[in-house]
Amino acid sequence: MQDDSVLLNVENLVKYFPVRRGIVIQRHVADVKAVDDISFFIRKGETLGMVGESGCGKTTAARTILQLYRPTSGVVEFEGTDLAVTKGKELRLMRRKMQMIFQDPYGSLNPRMNCGNIIGEPLIVHKITSGRGEYRDRVAELLTTVGLSPYMASRFPHEFSGGQRQRIGVARALAVRPSFIACDEPVSALDVSIQAQLVNLLEELQAQFDLTYLFVAHDLSVVRHISDRIVVMYLGKIAEIANRDELYENPLHPYTKALISAVPIPDPLVEAQRERIVLTGDVPSPLRPPAGCVFHPRCPIAVDDCAGVHSEGLSNERGVPELREVSPDHWVSCIRV
Amino acid sequence: MAKLLEVKDLATYFFTPEGVVKAVDGITYDLEEGEILGLVGESGCGKSVSALSLMRLIQNPGRNVAGSVMFNGQDLLTLEDEDMRHIRGKDMSMIFQEPMTSLNPVLTIGRQLTEALQLHLGMDKEAAENRAGELLLMVGIPEGDRRLRDYPHQFSGGMRQRVMIAMALSCNPKMLIADEPTTALDVTIQAQILELVQRLGRELGTAVLIITHNLGVVARYADRVNVMYAGKIIERGTSREIYGNPRHPYTIGLLASVPRLDEPRKEQLDPIEGLPPDLIALPAGCAFRARCRFAIDKCATEIPPLVEVSEGHTAACWVSDQLGAQARS
Repeated sequence: MQDDSVLLNVENLVKYFPVRRGIVIQRHVADVKAVDDISFFIRKGETLGMVGESGCGKTTAARTILQLYRPTSGVVEFEGTDLAVTKGKELRLMRRKMQMIFQDPYGSLNPRMNCGNIIGEPLIVHKITSGRGEYRDRVAELLTTVGLSPYMASRFPHEFSGGQRQRIGVARALAVRPSFIACDEPVSALDVSIQAQLVNLLEELQAQFDLTYLFVAHDLSVVRHISDRIVVMYLGKIAEIANRDELYENPLHPYTKALISAVPIPDPLVEAQRERIVLTGDVPSPLRPPAGCVFHPRCPIAVDDCAGVHSEGLSNERGVPELREVSPDHWVSCIRV
Repeated sequence: MAKLLEVKDLATYFFTPEGVVKAVDGITYDLEEGEILGLVGESGCGKSVSALSLMRLIQNPGRNVAGSVMFNGQDLLTLEDEDMRHIRGKDMSMIFQEPMTSLNPVLTIGRQLTEALQLHLGMDKEAAENRAGELLLMVGIPEGDRRLRDYPHQFSGGMRQRVMIAMALSCNPKMLIADEPTTALDVTIQAQILELVQRLGRELGTAVLIITHNLGVVARYADRVNVMYAGKIIERGTSREIYGNPRHPYTIGLLASVPRLDEPRKEQLDPIEGLPPDLIALPAGCAFRARCRFAIDKCATEIPPLVEVSEGHTAACWVSDQLGAQARS
């Protein structure tokens, strides 16, 4: 653990999903290496952004941290407790402190429950309120907090728009007064004009309730806006970690550079002058990640050593680049940096 | 350049039990030969329905209720079904948002690609297969000519979208409609696909209509942009004008609400408050009024027409003159 200000510390976290073949006798034939040995920490009160393309393991990482998936190996230390070895009742108590907001505002709310019961369910599960009156007041308070009206409690999810549904998801996460919320692509399913409303809401709530966020998204411009520090993931591994401004002004990993240059900017004059790094090829399958640096087959600056040759201090014995701190708080895993 | 497509007062309504949904409510625009035109708007603004209307692919309970679509000198809306079939997929083709669901999963890529070639161009099987192989190579699928026997699930999302593009361009169409071609794809793949569409459009002289909700996407590629809101076009101009000098409060709001990578970080985003209106019960007057910061009394009663604010730049707003003056000062 670095110091007191760290709320969540993730060390060598690994999550493999086994692939099995056979009907009666199931043989374990391979692993999908969704999250493959990642380490980072989140400080109290900050927002850590996590970006990467689909399939890079960012959602799995968030879910594994909350123990919605149990990690294959590694340590997830939350306020000093290792969640990876915490079970049952103890884990349930820890869950009161950490909540999640999901990507899909349509799939993440039970269509048969009304909005009040959706928000109130955590209150009952965790036995937070006693008595009908207190329960109702708390639900009404939560609805107001996220910008909805208490009378909406009796409505069902289909009566709300996408942005309003996502607000319900936020209210549900806030119900147990958590200190940490993992937001998994909370705005990507929303329209542009509504996205900004929700991003502002999340920032207001953070200030109001002293929240710490893990903000998972693929949209770099939104992540830059909301985050203090940013983790860039590629194929189950961390490519780069840096402070927000440092990452955008001085990206070091070739993948981060490509990712930033690929984001379109709504201004034709700026666009015409931008140099764009267009990556060739697709993200490889996490079933068979490339040897050495996982990015080397698509990397514009790759050299022979990137394909799995051990270099002292830069990569491990399998030639996988180490995540090194190249300047204070700026970590990168690339032997060419 | 000559006009390839002229859409006039096109209206498409859906007659549902809850009421009439005015998805597209009188839009007029044109497309020049070889041009890339952007159509921008949020979900439910009618941008996809307007494209499907051009192709006459609107299904019950939807119907074209008014307007004309002049394409190559013919009004597509009054054509016989049989004649329309000869145009669809040949002179005018379309790529869809979801490369996962718009290919048939049980037919090989080769079979799906050769269908149009045999049907529209009268090629025999062998010629069609050779051409299909060339097409896959043209859209940048590695060893594409050897992948004709593969099924869609053997391709990644980006590759499937390339197959879609190959299919759409197979009969050298005069016009390609790309409905959210990159929404389902990752950023690094998005860039590849858009570069491809732009390059092929230029090489083959195909006009492209790009429909998207992402303002960034069209900025780089479109020559002109139409902005839609609640079934109407509310602003139109060259990309440079629309992005540099927006004159409709909605366009201004949209541009302000997205964080930009090339600008210093703002303390707070500037969202457009409220929600888009219900298309069944549109308010009187301007549909954007309830969310508009600049609304005046007139906006509640009279629908603003699309009027020219500068050369080649039109906006449908009663106060667009003041917005321009404000922007300049």
